[in-house]
Amino acid sequence: MSKAESRTAPLPEAGEASVGLAIAWRATLHRDLMLRLRRPGEVLNPLAFFALVITLFPIGISPAASLLATIAPGLLWVAALLAALLSLDGVFRDDAEDGSLEQLLLSPQPLSVLALAKVAAHWLLTGLPLALMAPLLGVMLSLPAGSYGVLALSLALGSASLSLIGAIGAALTVGVARGGVLLSLLVLPLYIPVLVFGAGAVQAAIQGGNVAAHLAILGALLAAALIFSPFAIAAALRISLNG
Amino acid sequence: MSLRLQARRLACERDDRWLFRDLDLEIRAGEILRVEGPNGSGKTTLLKILSGQLMDHEGEVLWNGAPLRRARRDFLANLLYLGHAPGVKTALTPLENLAWYQALAGERGDEPTRLAALERFGLAGFEDLPAAQLSAGQQRRVALARLELTPRPLWVLDEPFTAIDRDGVIALEARLEAHTERGGGVLVTTHHELRASTRLRRLALGEGGGDVEG
Repeated sequence: MSKAESRTAPLPEAGEASVGLAIAWRATLHRDLMLRLRRPGEVLNPLAFFALVITLFPIGISPAASLLATIAPGLLWVAALLAALLSLDGVFRDDAEDGSLEQLLLSPQPLSVLALAKVAAHWLLTGLPLALMAPLLGVMLSLPAGSYGVLALSLALGSASLSLIGAIGAALTVGVARGGVLLSLLVLPLYIPVLVFGAGAVQAAIQGGNVAAHLAILGALLAAALIFSPFAIAAALRISLNG
Repeated sequence: MSLRLQARRLACERDDRWLFRDLDLEIRAGEILRVEGPNGSGKTTLLKILSGQLMDHEGEVLWNGAPLRRARRDFLANLLYLGHAPGVKTALTPLENLAWYQALAGERGDEPTRLAALERFGLAGFEDLPAAQLSAGQQRRVALARLELTPRPLWVLDEPFTAIDRDGVIALEARLEAHTERGGGVLVTTHHELRASTRLRRLALGEGGGDVEG
């Protein structure tokens, strides 16, 4: 550390904050993706959990294809939902522990938008891989052909809502030691609509019902979550760090 | 450039104990205010209140005459806060850490500037190592490099000398002094004895009250 060389240089005036929002958003997304990819265990954990649960069902219940095919949509959706839930606890906790969360709160950029970048990183490396992996596991549950695309699409749409809603709970419990159980209790009731329409979409694809209606409702849920949850996450973070 | 952070009749209670009461203070351009007091006397809490992180207090905080709540955006665009935890991601390299902080301030920045800032803080040659492999003092230096990288008038520093070696302490002290000469303001907590200077004022927090000295 040498002495500042520019002793007499005037301090620059603070710039217009909104100009840099896109830069800050991209950098936050990039940073979170990088952090997750450097600890591949955390990315693979939910996927391994998802695969394990689905593998055990045919063994535990019955390998009969007709029975499995009936319960497959619900099983796949419940297992994916729990896998996503398990990974939520760390969304803000690591940042809170090393002090970078308070820096995020003190940034002149709107906190809600930056929080959205963190949620996007979570979904890209949790929800999206789960959705892509689900058709493979569907084969194990002898899911009828023709419903694989709907399964992946419904999970991709639904898990984005799950990440957004779950992040509110994660933000609220960030100050609570071992807040994992509390987080599940807070968030699970809010997950039910997503589960109903997500599993419903796959069910409809199998029985030849109206898939588009279910997917439209999932999309509407996602749109609502996208609009409201960033503000809720930001408010929850402020409450959590204010104690 | 205007810089005036004021607190009026500030009081904060934690666990049925007043950390401080009726505290009036003011930080202007060209001043270093050092907050001192024993462990648990509320130094960090005071800094968090003054940087707008804690709202759970009595009294008011004013930024350039306006309540902090209303002037928040402008205040944050002028503030550089370094907390007790350095805010350095151990899985990222010093360069990547600084790149995020620069982007958070809304600046694209470039690698040569970041490298120069790291070099200035004695981290030349360490810029591409994961911060987990750096010592505590070096991690603190990564955080301190933001002083160089993100020029903001008001510095709020919570124990910035922690884990810094002797030469580093001298250089950091000179840096604080230089910042006030350029018209900046510094609010700092430290157990380290700062060199006496006309720019330095002290605030002693203790049992149930705070006193500002000349």
